[in-house]
Amino acid sequence: MVKLLLLMLEASLVSLRIFFLTLLFALPLGLLVARGRMSANKVVSSVVNIYIMIMRGTPLILQLIFVYFAPYYIFGASSGRFTAVIIAYVINYAAYFAEIYRGGIQSISPGQWEAAHVLGFSRSHTYFFIILPQVIRRIIPAMGNEVITLVKDTALAQTIGVAELFRVAQNAAAREFSTMPIFIAGVFYFVMNAVVSRTFDVIEKRLDYYS
Amino acid sequence: MEVLRIEQVRKSFGELEVLKGISVSQNSGEVLSVIGPSGSGKSTLLRCITNLEKIDSGLIQIAGRTLAEGNPATYAPAATLQEIRLSIGLVFQNFNLFPHFSVLRNITEAQVHVLKRSKEEARERSYALLKKMGLEEKAKSYPCQLSGGQQQRVSIARSLALSPALLCFDEPTSALDPELTGDILSVIKELAQEHMTMLVVTHEMSFARDISDRVIFMDEGKVIEQGTPEELFSATREQRTRQFLQRFNA
Repeated sequence: MVKLLLLMLEASLVSLRIFFLTLLFALPLGLLVARGRMSANKVVSSVVNIYIMIMRGTPLILQLIFVYFAPYYIFGASSGRFTAVIIAYVINYAAYFAEIYRGGIQSISPGQWEAAHVLGFSRSHTYFFIILPQVIRRIIPAMGNEVITLVKDTALAQTIGVAELFRVAQNAAAREFSTMPIFIAGVFYFVMNAVVSRTFDVIEKRLDYYS
Repeated sequence: MEVLRIEQVRKSFGELEVLKGISVSQNSGEVLSVIGPSGSGKSTLLRCITNLEKIDSGLIQIAGRTLAEGNPATYAPAATLQEIRLSIGLVFQNFNLFPHFSVLRNITEAQVHVLKRSKEEARERSYALLKKMGLEEKAKSYPCQLSGGQQQRVSIARSLALSPALLCFDEPTSALDPELTGDILSVIKELAQEHMTMLVVTHEMSFARDISDRVIFMDEGKVIEQGTPEELFSATREQRTRQFLQRFNA
């Protein structure tokens, strides 16, 4: 039993690596995608729109398989399994994040941009110090949802053979003819998400100093 | 010295021509009010002067620099636009304070990041302005904790902090109840006594009559009449102006 728990803890680290690396790249990429989506340039905005439609309109598991196998058929070479997982998750989650950012950015009154313009702020100062902080506060609840889903989605990485938490639990279940490891994995995911929820609660409270 | 010069400015939104050849000029220290019915183009004019809207043709000069000129209008290069931006302040109808900044930071932010003043200098100046506005004790508050009138005073302080050559007001009291309106009007009056150059778009007729050196009446995208308050309110020349003022004189 102790050995099983240790194995699952180790596998949780793989899940956590997927989780954090996805956030690390997808959060900023989503901002860029949102910009593209809102671009005045019709070509840019429609290309980005198609990208978002594909990412949100097809299963993540399919995208994962595609990212892993497509390069093999096209170039005769494939990236590592773990790299494929990160790429697939990042481009998928960036699409969801982008739509959340867009909603947030568009909810800021144009008067904020105008006031900043008249006061002489540069566009980047306006964006990063005046608009974005207000956007972040507004999108925290929606982001919390998405990030919690990401914790659970890490279980899909096993599809292309990455030994994350759920895969290890399934293997153990098969080995021991018991569903116990799977339920233990469930507890692991629950605990991780309890931490995520708590973190978002704290951030939300922190940003709640104005209305 | 001439602070503002506008000649034959035209501006359309699609098919709708909002400014039909406006010419106005304003000297340093002069207080100019623009009155007129809703949709007369007075707010659009203000937005063109502050470069929030682009004109189609005509000339706009601010503090000796040309913002836009020609038909179609060509705009000054970015560096000049920035200089012009810094010589104009704009006070909005709905304040547009930055809600996530304290009152103090609302006033210091542009001083530090745009004018590159030191933090201490910016703070000192901000406190002096807050004191003038009677809001010294609100420096650490957030805009949402202030009344509308207090918010508007902060936004006036925010503009004044950059020492603009021309301070514009876009219906500064329209979002306030009558009591708070008086508050803001007395602040503007005080500034007028200090010879701040101001361009005020307003619906407050008695106020315009009180503080202005010159009043401009606009209707349907044109300047119908302009003159001293006495000329415009008491010796009205144009039928359209008289018709408009009737409701206020009654």
